[in-house]
Formats: sequence, structure tokens, C-alpha cells
Amino acid sequence: MLKLNVNGRTRTVDVEPEMPLLWVLRDHLELPGTKYACGIAACGACTVHVDGEAVRSCTLPVSAAVGRKIVTIEGLSEKGLHRIQKAWIEHEVPQCGYCQTGIIMSAAALLAKIPTPTDEDIDRTMTNLCRCGTYTRVRKAIHALGGQSAAPAAKKG
Amino acid sequence: MTIALSRREFLKVSAAVGGGLALEFRFPVAARAAGGAAATEVNAWIVIHPDDRVVIRIARSEMGQGTYTALAQLVAEELDCDWAKVSAEFASPNEHIRRNRIWGSMSTGGSQGVRSSQDYVRKAGASAREMLITAAAARWKVPAAECTAESGVISHGPTRRKLRYGQVAAEAAKLAPPKEVKLRDPRDWKIAGKPMHRLDIPDKVLGKPVFGVDVALPGMLHASIAQCPVFGGKVMRVDAGEAQKMRGVKKVVREESFVAVVADSWWRANEALKRVKVEWDTGGNGSASNETIAAMLREGLADTRLPQARKLGDVQAGLAAAAKVVEAEYRSPYLSHATMEPQTCTAWLKPEGFLEVWTSTQNGEASMAAAAEVAGLPLDKIEVHKMMLGGGFGRRGQSQDFVRQGVAIAKAVPGVPVKLMWSRDEDMQHDFYRPASIVRMKAGLDAQGNLVAMHTTIACPSIQKVLNPAALSKDGIELSAVRSFSDMPYAVANQQVDYAMRNGHVPVGNWRAPGQQNAFYRECFIDELAAAAGRDPVEFRLAMLKDGDKNRLVLEAVAKAAGWGAALPAGVHRGVAVGDGFGSYAAMVAEVSVDAAGAPRVHRIVVAIDSGYVVNPDTCRAQAESNVVYGLGSILYQEINVKDGRVVESNFHDFPLPRIDEMPKVEAVLVPTGGFWGGHGEPAILPLVPAVCNALSAATGKRVRSLPLKHQDLGQA
Repeated sequence: MLKLNVNGRTRTVDVEPEMPLLWVLRDHLELPGTKYACGIAACGACTVHVDGEAVRSCTLPVSAAVGRKIVTIEGLSEKGLHRIQKAWIEHEVPQCGYCQTGIIMSAAALLAKIPTPTDEDIDRTMTNLCRCGTYTRVRKAIHALGGQSAAPAAKKG
Repeated sequence: MTIALSRREFLKVSAAVGGGLALEFRFPVAARAAGGAAATEVNAWIVIHPDDRVVIRIARSEMGQGTYTALAQLVAEELDCDWAKVSAEFASPNEHIRRNRIWGSMSTGGSQGVRSSQDYVRKAGASAREMLITAAAARWKVPAAECTAESGVISHGPTRRKLRYGQVAAEAAKLAPPKEVKLRDPRDWKIAGKPMHRLDIPDKVLGKPVFGVDVALPGMLHASIAQCPVFGGKVMRVDAGEAQKMRGVKKVVREESFVAVVADSWWRANEALKRVKVEWDTGGNGSASNETIAAMLREGLADTRLPQARKLGDVQAGLAAAAKVVEAEYRSPYLSHATMEPQTCTAWLKPEGFLEVWTSTQNGEASMAAAAEVAGLPLDKIEVHKMMLGGGFGRRGQSQDFVRQGVAIAKAVPGVPVKLMWSRDEDMQHDFYRPASIVRMKAGLDAQGNLVAMHTTIACPSIQKVLNPAALSKDGIELSAVRSFSDMPYAVANQQVDYAMRNGHVPVGNWRAPGQQNAFYRECFIDELAAAAGRDPVEFRLAMLKDGDKNRLVLEAVAKAAGWGAALPAGVHRGVAVGDGFGSYAAMVAEVSVDAAGAPRVHRIVVAIDSGYVVNPDTCRAQAESNVVYGLGSILYQEINVKDGRVVESNFHDFPLPRIDEMPKVEAVLVPTGGFWGGHGEPAILPLVPAVCNALSAATGKRVRSLPLKHQDLGQA
């Protein structure tokens, strides 16, 4: 039995220590907001916070998360919408929305570290994949949260 | 109205898992049961609660394109209710069949969602509004003509009395619907035509269980699948001894074309599947490769007896008389849809002989038909719960392979719900791919540099040959294989388009804007012709487009918005392209640069789109942005290669998607001219690929005639 701290609660799970955290969350703890899309940490759809860091949970063995604070999209805000989720609604960021919970978790980790991120900060940290191509709006929403008006999306040539 | 018992069960279970909000909009009928006072179905599209909440039923699927909200806007516009009180839910495919297909088409593809249902959904809204007015007038005992309705409130002018929709909905529902209704002039729209917030977004940002892969049912098991790596192959021998002993494994299912492991969690099922030893009968395709496929297409190009998709004038005479003849060959690889949510289907064969299916589908009715075929049950014994799609792009419409498999697996564990989800590898290697094709074009210019003859030969697999042979012409021609050439808008006196259908063993399907590779070929070749004629690419195209042609309007609009001809920063170059299809007209200007090492960068995309009307300008802009990114990956690095009969690529490391740092600035200029209804999910990808490639040619002097670019050296020699 493994003891996990998930969204501020202690949860006990009877799983293999090598099972990736993603599957513990989705299939054993009934937290389906964290998504599977690649299984090789390439896309970021499975991003959660582990001790405040954005982590790709599809390749993190659950044993490595024991004793650490895990936060999923379901626990991002204790009550109602988090300000990032509000900004995502305001800027109409999602299309299909499948990758967005991971993108929101990445953005939350970025903004916690760098309250007013630059375009370069965003390019460096927001490496999640979105097949619908919502990147312009992701950038715009992050800049709005950072207290800036949207900077140009493209670099100068 | 009836509610399947199963819906309540699902509500109960999932509410415990994910909270009520997501389900409130998906299953308002059940929510009503819990809430007390009864809601009324005024007509099949509209349910009104006593507190004036309006639930609008949506028959098309939602995969991010915004149809779910746009259709609700159209209904709400004609109903004239309070938009703040509107929610939406998917119409039930089971009820759809029992009620004689009352919701029209459930198919969601070809950018059809709004344009081919706008008429009947608006009429549903207008009809309900008249019924509500009539019911209020009857209660007041006044002529209906003295009553008006606005924002969910009916007023009787002379006596200043008012009733809310929620107060008269039950009476309205008993009335016969009006035989004819008058629809609003779009110029008077208050809800439609406005950038309303999408109804599905709040649940999506909260991580609510809205997607097919999120389904959770009591006692549900999970399945992972392995299909024969060589398309068309079959299972010969299975050794599941080791897998069966693994933790959580319940069953190893063997079918003709796949093996699946059923376990108590997906990871356990997938780990066990890796240890199942399968011998496959590859069915004679085990040596197919890029080279054999290219040879097949080239043999098609050489065929002298090809059917013609277009014949105008006399192309041979036109070429013979031309002052200058230009020839080029272009080609494209297979491409995967790569939806972020892998293919998935949850199926539950219940003891009473009722089958329930939950799936991310672009066509609920097609899912039901596929489920019925595999289950051997009549349609009225099946319900398909349409879930939100984690991307569609054509993958989840016609094929329904994932539903067939899900139901076959559920039959092997009757009475237990099983959720099948494909691994990413499986998803990438068992797609219905964008066809690979080769096209040869030969054109003649007269002494003044005017295009007078164009002969195009297309070798391309047929999508419909497998998925829907009835869609082929008697010559075996389908639009998606020949589009952009068979319907080329340029006034060229002598044209001939020959089509060589060459299919091979790789399954092909509808990939966003099916046939979009032809727009790349045509519009890049047109640029080559403009260069050969020494003419400006915009002027060259405009000269071949008649006054009033919508292609001309969007080309002029984009040239103006992009500042065509104006100075650019050093190193930045422009390209232009036109593309009409899916009911709309699009023209685009791309600005790119190429560094000394040959690395391309797209800086800015300006696209003008005429879709006739615009129901939600914000989602239309979002679709333009989406088409840019979807197309950009195919320009830069995406390809599906075939070796030993199987797909080489397996995940995002070798089939990359663009990331945020590659996103160009996208400016969508919406120029709706009215009088027709066009789509937005696909048109903008048509000019994207050629506009970017034409700009790259302008930047480097090198023509881009095959994709992806990673195989071409764009560096300065």
C-alpha cells in the first residue's frame, strides 16, 4: 500500500510501485482531469504539480511521488475557478480541450515562479502539445494573467 | 420524453466521480428528475425549465470546432430567449432512430455542422417561439398577433402583461407547430453572429469527465488493443500465458484482426498486452514500402486510359499552341490525424440484451450502426452516449473501427462495462491516413503570359472506395481526390484533369479538408506559372478570376489586409494562395524567413474568409488559427512512412506537432458576403500549405514540390 498526498488529502492505493502516477490518478483515484496522450512525456497532457513543479505524470513511477505534494487540475483551486481557469474561459483558449488541463497546470507552475513571464519564458516552459493549435490564446491568456497586454506572438524575423 | 434508465445510472456514478456540473449540461433531463419541477420539451430541439433555463439539443458532435455553441446560438436567436440561461446537450442517437431521425444528420465532418443544419435548427427555434407566444395569448385570451416575445419574455402590448417562457412552456408544447415560420434577417441577429463564450469550455478547463476516455462506470474494466502491424493482416497464433498471470488481468480477447487485454486498469491491461506473443498472418502486404507505394502511384500516372474529372476545351491543342510550356511534379506523404485523445470506446452489453456505448464520435448514428452490426442487436436495443471529442479532424467519422472493437471486446465479457482505449503507438499506426499522392501538371502560357491550357494527372488512393463506395462517380472519381483541380475557379480555356485511383493496402481517410494536398499542388504550380510569365502572383490570379467571384473578393481582401507589395523587414518574404471548399472561400498571405542554415520560420499569416454568414466570429477565428497549426506541422516535419508493410512512426517523437514557439501570428479577416452558408473547420488549411511554400520559394529561390520540408535543403548555396 502506498500513501499519497493528492490535492491536500491523503490517499492510499494498492498498486505496483512502477505504475506511472498518471494511471494511479485516472484509474485508481478517480481523477480523470489529467490526460493520457503519448505515454513518453512528449506532449504534457498529463502534467500535474509535484511539490510545486510541473511534472509529466505518464512517466513518473508512483513510488517517486510518495511523500510529495501532488496537485491535479481537480485540486488547482480549492473553491470554484482558479484565476488561470477564468482567464482560459475569458480568452476562449480551449478548442477540443483535451490537452488544456495539462497546459493549465504548466501555466500555473510558470506563473507561480515567474509572475510576469516574457515570451521567451513562455516558449521555454510551455512545451505542451496542442493538436488544435490554441497557442496564440495560451500566450495571450498567460500575458493577461501576468498583467501584460498580449505581446506579439511571433518573433521578429 | 423518455429517459433511458442507463442515463440515470451514468449520472449517479459519474456525479460521484466528477461532480455535477459537467453532467448537468450533458444530462439535463436526469438533472430535472433530481431537481423537482418538470421541464418541458417544446420541440425536439428545445427543453424549457419552469425557471426559464433553456436546454438546446445538439445533434452534431463537438471536437473543438465550436458547433455545439454555434448551433445553440442559432436556435436561441430564433427562439429569442435569454442566452445566459441557455445550456446544451447532445441529442440521443437511440431517440433519434426511434423518432424517425428527428434531429436530421448527426454526421460531423466536411465543415457541415452549421451550414447544413442551420435551416432546420433556426426553424425549430422560430417554431417554438411562435408556440410560446400562442400559448401566452391563449392564456390571456387575446390575439397572438398582439403579443411579442423578446429575451424569454412574452408581452401583450395593449395590457402590458408579461409571461416568461418557463411559465407557458407546458401549454406551448401541446400546440401544433406552425406550418411555416419566418426566419430573422441575419442583419437583425442579437445572439447569433456574436462572439458568445463557448458553452463547453468551463467544464473542459475544470477537468470534468467530458471526454470518451473519461467514462467511469461501476465495475468497469479497461482494455488495450494490438492490431496486426501490417494493415489487413490477421491473428494466427496467440501465446498469452505470461500476460494472463499478471496482476489485474481479467481476459485476453482474440479476434480475427486484433488481440486485446482486459484488466482492472488501463496500464495493467497495456503492460500485459506487451507480453502477449502474437504471430500475425500479414496477408501478403508484409513487403509494402514507400518505394512500392510510389511505384504504384507512378504506374497510375503513366496509365493512358484514365477517367477525366474535368475536360474543358482541348488541352493538347492548347499546349501545342502555347508560347511557353511549364511542367512540374508534386507529391505528399501519408499523414496521421494524431488526435490528442486516442481512439476509445466504452461498451456495456447488459443482461437484458441492451447495449450501451460511450464514445468520442463524429457521427453518433454511424457509431450506433457499427455497434449494431457487431452486437447483432437491433438499433432500438442500443444507446450511444456521445462524449466530447479530444480532437476529430476526420478520424472519428466514417470508419468507426474503435466502436466495432469496443463492442467485440464487450461481447467477450458480457454484463461488464469495458473501456477500450488505444495506446498512442496503436493510434499512430492504425489510422485512416491522409492519402499519399503524386500529381503531374503541365501548363501552357501564351505570348502575353496568360494561362491558356492546363493538364493535371492525379495519382491518389480513394478514401471512399473503402469507406463508402456509393460516393464514387461511375468512373470511380471522388471529389476529395480531384478537388482544387476539377473545380478550379481560374478561367482557363483548356483544362483536363485525369485521375488514377491507386489504392494500396494503407487505409486512407478524411484528414482535415480531405483533398487539401491538391490545393498545395495547384497553388504552388500557379505561382510557378506566374514566375514563368514574369507576373505578380496576386495579379496573375486576379486576372483569371471573374468579377464577382468570391475567390476574387477574398484574394483582394487578403492582399489589402496583408499589405501585399509593401516593404517587409529584411529577410522576410511573402507568399499567397487561394483555396475554396467546404462551402467557403479563403485566401491567404504568409510571411516567412529562412535562416542561413535553411531553417524556415513562419512569422505571420493573414487569411481572408468568406463563409456567407458568421455565427460566432471568435470560434471562426479560432478555427483559422487551428488550421494554420494543423497545416504547419505537415509542411515542416510530419510524414507517415511505410516499411515492411507497417507504419514506421509511432508517437510524437517521430511524428512531431508544432509547439508554442513555432506559432505564427494569425490574422483572420472575416468577410462574410451573405446569401450562402459556408464552413470554418477546414477551409483555411487549403491555402495555408501553398501560401507558406510559395513564400519559402520567394525567400530561397527554391521551389517546394514535396513535403515535409525536413527532406529539402533550403539553405543558401
